[in-house]
Amino acid sequence: MADTKIENKEPLFAFGKKERALLTDPLNDNNPITVQVLGICSALAVTTLLFPSIIMAIAVIFVCSFSNLFTSLLRKSIPKQVRMIVQLVIIATLVTVVELSLKALDYPTYKQLSVFIGLIITNCIVMGRLEAFAMANSPWKSFLDGVGNGVGYGVILIIVAFFREVLGKGTFMAGTPIEMKLIGPSTEYFINTMADGSWFSWYQNNNLMVLPAAAMFLIAIMIWIHRAWNPKLVDIS
Amino acid sequence: MELVNVFIKAAFIENLVLSYFLGMCSFLAVSKTLKTAFGLGLAVIFVLGFTMPINWLISTYLLDEGGLLGMDLTFLRFILFIAVIASMVQLVEMVIEKYSPSLYNSLGIFLPLITVNCAILGGSLFMVSREYSFGESVAFGLGGGFGWFLAIVALAAIREKIKYSNVPAPLRGLGMAFLLTGLMGMAFLSLLGIDPAAF
Repeated sequence: MADTKIENKEPLFAFGKKERALLTDPLNDNNPITVQVLGICSALAVTTLLFPSIIMAIAVIFVCSFSNLFTSLLRKSIPKQVRMIVQLVIIATLVTVVELSLKALDYPTYKQLSVFIGLIITNCIVMGRLEAFAMANSPWKSFLDGVGNGVGYGVILIIVAFFREVLGKGTFMAGTPIEMKLIGPSTEYFINTMADGSWFSWYQNNNLMVLPAAAMFLIAIMIWIHRAWNPKLVDIS
Repeated sequence: MELVNVFIKAAFIENLVLSYFLGMCSFLAVSKTLKTAFGLGLAVIFVLGFTMPINWLISTYLLDEGGLLGMDLTFLRFILFIAVIASMVQLVEMVIEKYSPSLYNSLGIFLPLITVNCAILGGSLFMVSREYSFGESVAFGLGGGFGWFLAIVALAAIREKIKYSNVPAPLRGLGMAFLLTGLMGMAFLSLLGIDPAAF
């Protein structure tokens, strides 16, 4: 009872220091991918191009924040033994909503993302946040936590996708109206490696970057930089 | 013979974890010691081998337009598949707890985590999109599970050895696991394009 009394004193949609920490913490100290190691699968598979990765990031932010909100609203009436199935049904419903809307709005991207939209259900960040946060906190805080973790995940996704697309294919935002061709072996590209006297004639697009293994290496490098800059995250074991 | 091909293809050539990078979270988190990796690998083989045929029956006889209900219910696929997986994991957990309490204790939290292992749901979704028959779906489930088992045992063994090496501090642990998985994935790429039917 003591807990509910304290909760009632706070305004319903407070936005103070604690709430800001919920949004910024997943960007650095508690990043879903580089620190919590959750949700790696989709980070590797969809990041060959930037545009699908942005769509994926938006989908995850949506699913993560709303599943946190709904679970938190229901948290007092979910029996402990079946909580996993209840959580999964909430997530699966939201993912179905995302999948059907993407199918209606942007069919080519839907085809490109294929099973990975469905795999948001088993994206461990969503489930992990429900277990660790939404089952024990008020709806508004849980919603903010979901947004924060979704953004923390999306930022990594977009950084990895940027490097993989530019180094692997030489383009930027391929498949969208603002597509730019940065570097490649023809006059269509911004830097033409085949032109006479080009400074970049040694350069060739790196096919390794298109393979999923490259995402592993890029995330490893990001973990290295992140931990060198923030030494308290270093693994001592 | 056809089924053996599907098994070999799922286990080695299209390895769920090293070629498709599915089930990464538990793959990286549980591969610190060989013993727990071994137990988790076995549990994954078991769950994949059972959920795949059950999900095949559900998707062919309930969800497809030509099924028993005569309605196109494919939009319910995610919810039904994940419910089957969750209840299957619950069942495995109860069976292991009853017949082998020591294995149950050593697996601990990792057993319920199989529910959110993308390899299980991913396998079911691949099975639907590749239009496997019933026998093929059993072979695909067992083969995929076996490939996952081999991969996690291999990574755990490498990580146990690399503990004694002088790795730069920020790269220790997680970073090194990522690099190793990337290298193992590249090694498995050389198997791509092999056609088991040719042997």
